[in-house]
Amino acid sequence: MIGVRLYLLQRITALIMVPLVLGHIAVMIYAVQNGLSAVEILGRTKGSILWALFYGSFAVAVALHSAIGLRAIAYETFGLTRGTLGVLTVAIFTALGTMGLTAVYAVTAI
Amino acid sequence: MTETLAVSVWRGAAEGVFETHEVPAQESQTVLDLVAWIQQNADPTLAYRYACRVGMCGSCAMMVNGVPRWTCRTHISKVATSGKVEVAPLRNLPIIKDLAVDMDPFFDKWTKAEGMFAPSTSRDAPIDTGVDPASSARIAADEAIECINCAICYAACDVVSANPEYLGPAALNRTWSLVNDVRDGRLDERLTAVSGPGGCHNCHSQQGCVTHCPNELNPTASIAGLKRATTMAALKGRIL
Repeated sequence: MIGVRLYLLQRITALIMVPLVLGHIAVMIYAVQNGLSAVEILGRTKGSILWALFYGSFAVAVALHSAIGLRAIAYETFGLTRGTLGVLTVAIFTALGTMGLTAVYAVTAI
Repeated sequence: MTETLAVSVWRGAAEGVFETHEVPAQESQTVLDLVAWIQQNADPTLAYRYACRVGMCGSCAMMVNGVPRWTCRTHISKVATSGKVEVAPLRNLPIIKDLAVDMDPFFDKWTKAEGMFAPSTSRDAPIDTGVDPASSARIAADEAIECINCAICYAACDVVSANPEYLGPAALNRTWSLVNDVRDGRLDERLTAVSGPGGCHNCHSQQGCVTHCPNELNPTASIAGLKRATTMAALKGRIL
Protein backbone atom coordinates (compact mmCIF):
# COMPACT_ATOMS: atom_id res chain seq x y z
CA MET A 1 0.00 0.00 0.00
CA ILE A 2 2.88 2.34 -0.85
CA GLY A 3 3.03 4.32 -4.08
CA VAL A 4 5.97 6.10 -5.62
CA ARG A 5 5.46 9.31 -3.57
CA LEU A 6 5.64 7.60 -0.16
CA TYR A 7 8.48 5.39 -1.45
CA LEU A 8 10.49 8.46 -2.47
CA LEU A 9 9.72 10.25 0.79
CA GLN A 10 10.92 7.25 2.80
CA ARG A 11 14.17 6.99 0.80
CA ILE A 12 14.85 10.73 0.98
CA THR A 13 14.30 10.78 4.76
CA ALA A 14 16.67 7.81 5.06
CA LEU A 15 19.29 9.79 3.12
CA ILE A 16 18.79 12.72 5.48
CA MET A 17 19.08 10.54 8.60
CA VAL A 18 22.34 8.80 7.65
CA PRO A 19 24.67 11.85 7.90
CA LEU A 20 22.79 13.15 10.94
CA VAL A 21 23.25 9.84 12.80
CA LEU A 22 26.96 9.76 11.86
CA GLY A 23 27.31 13.40 12.96
CA HIS A 24 25.55 12.64 16.25
CA ILE A 25 27.83 9.67 16.97
CA ALA A 26 30.98 11.58 15.97
CA VAL A 27 30.14 14.55 18.21
CA MET A 28 29.16 12.22 21.05
CA ILE A 29 32.50 10.40 20.92
CA TYR A 30 34.38 13.69 20.66
CA ALA A 31 32.42 15.36 23.46
CA VAL A 32 32.79 12.63 26.08
CA GLN A 33 36.59 12.55 25.93
CA ASN A 34 36.88 14.34 29.27
CA GLY A 35 33.63 13.15 30.84
CA LEU A 36 30.21 14.57 30.20
CA SER A 37 27.44 16.01 32.32
CA ALA A 38 23.91 17.21 31.61
CA VAL A 39 25.00 20.74 32.49
CA GLU A 40 27.80 20.57 29.93
CA ILE A 41 25.47 19.23 27.17
CA LEU A 42 22.80 21.82 27.85
CA GLY A 43 25.50 24.50 27.99
CA ARG A 44 26.34 23.69 24.39
CA THR A 45 22.82 23.14 23.05
CA LYS A 46 20.82 25.89 24.78
CA GLY A 47 20.31 28.79 22.42
CA SER A 48 22.06 27.02 19.53
CA ILE A 49 20.19 27.37 16.26
CA LEU A 50 22.63 24.90 14.66
CA TRP A 51 21.79 22.10 17.11
CA ALA A 52 18.08 22.94 16.92
CA LEU A 53 18.19 22.55 13.13
CA PHE A 54 20.40 19.43 13.36
CA TYR A 55 18.16 17.52 15.75
CA GLY A 56 14.94 19.15 14.55
CA SER A 57 15.48 17.91 10.98
CA PHE A 58 16.38 14.47 12.39
CA ALA A 59 13.15 14.35 14.42
CA VAL A 60 11.03 15.26 11.38
CA ALA A 61 12.87 12.72 9.16
CA VAL A 62 12.37 9.97 11.77
CA ALA A 63 8.66 10.77 12.09
CA LEU A 64 8.11 10.63 8.32
CA HIS A 65 10.29 7.54 7.75
CA SER A 66 8.75 5.55 10.62
CA ALA A 67 5.17 6.48 9.78
CA ILE A 68 5.56 5.19 6.21
CA GLY A 69 7.27 1.98 7.33
CA LEU A 70 4.68 1.27 10.01
CA ARG A 71 1.93 1.99 7.45
CA ALA A 72 3.21 -0.88 5.27
CA ILE A 73 3.52 -3.22 8.25
CA ALA A 74 0.04 -2.30 9.54
CA TYR A 75 -1.54 -2.94 6.14
CA GLU A 76 0.17 -6.26 5.51
CA THR A 77 -0.48 -7.49 9.06
CA PHE A 78 -4.00 -6.25 9.76
CA GLY A 79 -5.38 -5.56 6.24
CA LEU A 80 -6.63 -2.08 7.18
CA THR A 81 -8.65 -0.03 4.69
CA ARG A 82 -6.96 2.82 2.81
CA GLY A 83 -8.79 5.47 4.86
CA THR A 84 -7.81 3.91 8.18
CA LEU A 85 -4.24 3.57 6.95
CA GLY A 86 -4.15 7.28 6.08
CA VAL A 87 -5.37 8.24 9.54
CA LEU A 88 -2.87 5.86 11.18
CA THR A 89 0.04 7.22 9.10
CA VAL A 90 -0.76 10.84 10.00
CA ALA A 91 -1.28 9.89 13.68
CA ILE A 92 2.10 8.13 13.91
CA PHE A 93 3.83 11.03 12.13
CA THR A 94 2.18 13.56 14.42
CA ALA A 95 2.94 11.63 17.61
CA LEU A 96 6.60 10.94 16.78
CA GLY A 97 7.14 14.43 15.36
CA THR A 98 5.60 16.08 18.41
CA MET A 99 7.66 14.01 20.84
CA GLY A 100 10.87 14.56 18.88
CA LEU A 101 10.44 18.29 18.40
CA THR A 102 9.38 18.74 22.04
CA ALA A 103 12.63 17.08 23.12
CA VAL A 104 14.65 19.24 20.70
CA TYR A 105 12.91 22.36 22.00
CA ALA A 106 13.63 21.34 25.59
CA VAL A 107 17.39 21.09 25.05
CA THR A 108 17.85 24.02 22.66
CA ALA A 109 15.42 26.75 23.81
CA ILE A 110 16.86 29.37 26.13
CA MET B 1 5.98 -56.64 -5.25
CA THR B 2 5.83 -53.17 -6.82
CA GLU B 3 7.11 -50.32 -4.71
CA THR B 4 4.55 -47.57 -4.18
CA LEU B 5 4.50 -43.91 -3.21
CA ALA B 6 1.92 -42.40 -0.84
CA VAL B 7 0.61 -39.37 -2.74
CA SER B 8 -1.71 -36.96 -0.90
CA VAL B 9 -3.71 -34.73 -3.23
CA TRP B 10 -6.02 -31.84 -2.27
CA ARG B 11 -9.71 -32.49 -2.93
CA GLY B 12 -12.26 -29.68 -2.81
CA ALA B 13 -11.93 -25.91 -3.17
CA ALA B 14 -11.10 -23.44 -0.37
CA GLU B 15 -12.56 -26.02 1.98
CA GLY B 16 -11.40 -29.56 1.37
CA VAL B 17 -9.22 -32.44 2.52
CA PHE B 18 -6.13 -34.31 1.40
CA GLU B 19 -6.79 -37.79 0.00
CA THR B 20 -3.93 -40.25 -0.09
CA HIS B 21 -3.40 -42.72 -2.93
CA GLU B 22 -0.83 -45.47 -3.29
CA VAL B 23 0.81 -44.93 -6.68
CA PRO B 24 3.27 -47.42 -8.30
CA ALA B 25 6.78 -45.97 -8.28
CA GLN B 26 8.70 -45.85 -11.55
CA GLU B 27 12.07 -44.64 -12.65
CA SER B 28 12.31 -40.98 -13.81
CA GLN B 29 8.79 -40.32 -12.55
CA THR B 30 7.59 -36.73 -12.27
CA VAL B 31 5.05 -35.26 -9.86
CA LEU B 32 2.73 -34.70 -12.82
CA ASP B 33 3.05 -38.42 -13.68
CA LEU B 34 1.76 -39.26 -10.18
CA VAL B 35 -1.19 -36.89 -10.44
CA ALA B 36 -2.03 -38.22 -13.92
CA TRP B 37 -1.85 -41.82 -12.64
CA ILE B 38 -4.32 -41.04 -9.86
CA GLN B 39 -6.76 -39.38 -12.28
CA GLN B 40 -6.47 -42.18 -14.86
CA ASN B 41 -6.42 -45.20 -12.52
CA ALA B 42 -7.83 -44.33 -9.11
CA ASP B 43 -10.15 -41.33 -9.25
CA PRO B 44 -11.27 -39.90 -12.62
CA THR B 45 -12.96 -36.95 -10.89
CA LEU B 46 -9.62 -35.43 -9.83
CA ALA B 47 -9.24 -31.99 -11.47
CA TYR B 48 -5.79 -30.68 -12.44
CA ARG B 49 -4.28 -28.68 -15.28
CA TYR B 50 -1.43 -29.42 -17.67
CA ALA B 51 -0.63 -29.08 -21.37
CA CYS B 52 2.86 -29.46 -22.82
CA ARG B 53 4.53 -31.74 -20.21
CA VAL B 54 7.96 -30.32 -21.16
CA GLY B 55 8.23 -27.13 -19.11
CA MET B 56 7.18 -24.67 -21.79
CA CYS B 57 3.52 -23.82 -21.25
CA GLY B 58 3.45 -22.98 -17.53
CA SER B 59 0.15 -24.82 -16.91
CA CYS B 60 1.01 -27.48 -14.37
CA ALA B 61 2.39 -25.53 -11.42
CA MET B 62 1.26 -26.87 -8.02
CA MET B 63 2.42 -26.84 -4.41
CA VAL B 64 4.56 -29.93 -3.83
CA ASN B 65 5.26 -30.53 -0.14
CA GLY B 66 4.38 -26.86 0.41
CA VAL B 67 6.75 -25.54 -2.27
CA PRO B 68 5.55 -24.12 -5.62
CA ARG B 69 6.97 -26.20 -8.48
CA TRP B 70 6.40 -27.01 -12.17
CA THR B 71 5.20 -30.56 -11.71
CA CYS B 72 6.08 -31.79 -15.21
CA ARG B 73 9.78 -31.12 -14.65
CA THR B 74 9.98 -32.09 -10.98
CA HIS B 75 11.30 -35.60 -10.49
CA ILE B 76 9.67 -37.36 -7.57
CA SER B 77 13.10 -38.50 -6.39
CA LYS B 78 13.87 -34.86 -5.60
CA VAL B 79 10.82 -34.23 -3.43
CA ALA B 80 9.53 -37.52 -1.96
CA THR B 81 10.46 -37.91 1.69
CA SER B 82 10.14 -41.47 3.00
CA GLY B 83 8.02 -42.40 0.00
CA LYS B 84 5.46 -39.66 0.70
CA VAL B 85 4.54 -36.54 -1.23
CA GLU B 86 1.80 -33.92 -0.79
CA VAL B 87 0.38 -32.12 -3.84
CA ALA B 88 -1.83 -29.04 -3.38
CA PRO B 89 -3.16 -26.24 -5.60
CA LEU B 90 -1.02 -23.11 -6.08
CA ARG B 91 -0.95 -20.68 -3.16
CA ASN B 92 -2.33 -17.12 -3.44
CA LEU B 93 -4.94 -17.98 -6.09
CA PRO B 94 -8.60 -19.04 -5.69
CA ILE B 95 -9.09 -22.79 -6.03
CA ILE B 96 -11.61 -23.87 -8.68
CA LYS B 97 -11.49 -27.57 -7.84
CA ASP B 98 -8.86 -29.91 -6.42
CA LEU B 99 -5.51 -28.97 -7.99
CA ALA B 100 -6.83 -26.42 -10.52
CA VAL B 101 -6.71 -22.74 -9.53
CA ASP B 102 -8.38 -19.72 -11.11
CA MET B 103 -5.61 -17.83 -12.96
CA ASP B 104 -7.78 -14.74 -13.62
CA PRO B 105 -6.44 -12.62 -10.72
CA PHE B 106 -2.89 -13.42 -11.88
CA PHE B 107 -3.46 -12.34 -15.50
CA ASP B 108 -5.73 -9.41 -14.53
CA LYS B 109 -2.69 -7.97 -12.79
CA TRP B 110 -0.63 -8.32 -15.98
CA THR B 111 -3.23 -6.07 -17.61
CA LYS B 112 -3.16 -3.63 -14.68
CA ALA B 113 0.64 -3.51 -14.95
CA GLU B 114 0.35 -2.53 -18.65
CA GLY B 115 1.81 -5.84 -19.79
CA MET B 116 0.77 -5.40 -23.43
CA PHE B 117 3.25 -4.22 -26.07
CA ALA B 118 2.28 -0.84 -27.57
CA PRO B 119 4.15 -0.08 -30.81
CA SER B 120 5.59 3.42 -31.07
CA THR B 121 5.13 3.46 -34.85
CA SER B 122 2.33 2.43 -37.20
CA ARG B 123 2.37 -0.41 -39.71
CA ASP B 124 2.84 2.18 -42.45
CA ALA B 125 6.13 3.44 -41.03
CA PRO B 126 9.36 2.25 -42.68
CA ILE B 127 10.75 -0.90 -41.07
CA ASP B 128 13.26 0.07 -38.41
CA THR B 129 15.69 -2.62 -37.30
CA GLY B 130 17.29 -0.32 -34.74
CA VAL B 131 17.20 -2.86 -31.90
CA ASP B 132 20.78 -3.39 -30.76
CA PRO B 133 21.03 -6.90 -29.26
CA ALA B 134 24.13 -5.89 -27.30
CA SER B 135 22.55 -2.85 -25.63
CA SER B 136 22.01 -3.04 -21.87
CA ALA B 137 18.28 -2.35 -22.29
CA ARG B 138 17.85 -5.23 -24.77
CA ILE B 139 19.85 -7.60 -22.54
CA ALA B 140 17.57 -6.70 -19.60
CA ALA B 141 14.48 -7.24 -21.77
CA ASP B 142 15.81 -10.58 -23.05
CA GLU B 143 16.41 -11.82 -19.50
CA ALA B 144 12.91 -10.90 -18.34
CA ILE B 145 11.12 -12.15 -21.45
CA GLU B 146 11.75 -15.87 -20.78
CA CYS B 147 8.81 -16.02 -18.32
CA ILE B 148 6.35 -18.88 -19.04
CA ASN B 149 3.50 -17.40 -16.92
CA CYS B 150 3.37 -20.39 -14.57
CA ALA B 151 2.53 -18.23 -11.49
CA ILE B 152 5.07 -20.06 -9.32
CA CYS B 153 6.61 -16.71 -8.32
CA TYR B 154 3.13 -15.39 -7.53
CA ALA B 155 2.50 -18.39 -5.26
CA ALA B 156 5.90 -17.98 -3.60
CA CYS B 157 5.47 -14.26 -2.85
CA ASP B 158 4.58 -13.31 0.74
CA VAL B 159 3.76 -9.74 -0.32
CA VAL B 160 1.05 -11.12 -2.63
CA SER B 161 -0.37 -13.02 0.38
CA ALA B 162 -0.34 -9.93 2.58
CA ASN B 163 -1.32 -7.27 0.03
CA PRO B 164 -4.20 -8.25 -2.32
CA GLU B 165 -3.52 -5.22 -4.55
CA TYR B 166 0.14 -6.10 -5.15
CA LEU B 167 0.71 -6.79 -8.84
CA GLY B 168 3.17 -9.60 -8.13
CA PRO B 169 6.59 -10.60 -9.49
CA ALA B 170 5.49 -11.96 -12.89
CA ALA B 171 3.42 -8.93 -13.95
CA LEU B 172 6.12 -6.52 -12.81
CA ASN B 173 8.79 -8.60 -14.55
CA ARG B 174 6.72 -8.35 -17.76
CA THR B 175 6.47 -4.56 -17.38
CA TRP B 176 10.24 -4.38 -16.92
CA SER B 177 10.78 -6.23 -20.22
CA LEU B 178 8.56 -3.66 -22.01
CA VAL B 179 10.18 -0.68 -20.24
CA ASN B 180 13.43 -1.89 -21.80
CA ASP B 181 11.94 -2.41 -25.26
CA VAL B 182 13.02 0.53 -27.46
CA ARG B 183 10.12 -0.15 -29.84
CA ASP B 184 7.53 0.40 -27.11
CA GLY B 185 5.62 3.68 -27.02
CA ARG B 186 4.00 3.74 -23.57
CA LEU B 187 6.89 4.13 -21.14
CA ASP B 188 5.38 6.73 -18.81
CA GLU B 189 1.98 4.99 -18.75
CA ARG B 190 3.72 1.76 -17.74
CA LEU B 191 5.76 3.46 -15.03
CA THR B 192 2.58 5.11 -13.72
CA ALA B 193 0.78 1.73 -13.73
CA VAL B 194 3.45 0.19 -11.47
CA SER B 195 3.66 3.20 -9.11
CA GLY B 196 0.28 2.90 -7.36
CA PRO B 197 -0.71 1.27 -4.05
CA GLY B 198 -0.12 -2.23 -5.50
CA GLY B 199 2.96 -1.34 -7.51
CA CYS B 200 6.65 -2.25 -7.50
CA HIS B 201 7.43 -0.14 -4.41
CA ASN B 202 5.64 -2.68 -2.20
CA CYS B 203 8.21 -5.42 -2.92
CA HIS B 204 10.30 -6.25 0.17
CA SER B 205 13.01 -7.98 -1.91
CA GLN B 206 12.56 -11.27 -0.02
CA GLN B 207 13.39 -13.04 -3.30
CA GLY B 208 10.99 -15.98 -2.93
CA CYS B 209 10.28 -15.45 -6.64
CA VAL B 210 13.97 -15.81 -7.50
CA THR B 211 14.32 -18.91 -5.33
CA HIS B 212 11.42 -20.77 -6.92
CA CYS B 213 11.32 -19.55 -10.55
CA PRO B 214 11.74 -22.75 -12.62
CA ASN B 215 13.36 -20.79 -15.45
CA GLU B 216 15.86 -19.20 -13.05
CA LEU B 217 14.68 -15.67 -13.82
CA ASN B 218 15.22 -12.83 -11.37
CA PRO B 219 11.95 -10.90 -10.92
CA THR B 220 13.39 -9.15 -7.85
CA ALA B 221 16.06 -7.56 -10.07
CA SER B 222 13.35 -6.54 -12.56
CA ILE B 223 11.33 -4.95 -9.74
CA ALA B 224 14.46 -3.15 -8.49
CA GLY B 225 14.90 -1.84 -12.04
CA LEU B 226 11.32 -0.57 -12.02
CA LYS B 227 11.94 1.15 -8.68
CA ARG B 228 14.95 2.96 -10.19
CA ALA B 229 13.07 3.87 -13.37
CA THR B 230 10.00 5.16 -11.52
CA THR B 231 12.19 7.11 -9.08
CA MET B 232 13.97 8.90 -11.94
CA ALA B 233 10.67 9.52 -13.76
CA ALA B 234 9.08 10.89 -10.56
CA LEU B 235 12.05 13.17 -9.79
CA LYS B 236 11.79 14.54 -13.33
CA GLY B 237 8.05 15.10 -12.80
CA ARG B 238 6.96 12.71 -15.55
CA ILE B 239 4.79 10.38 -13.49
CA LEU B 240 3.72 12.38 -10.41
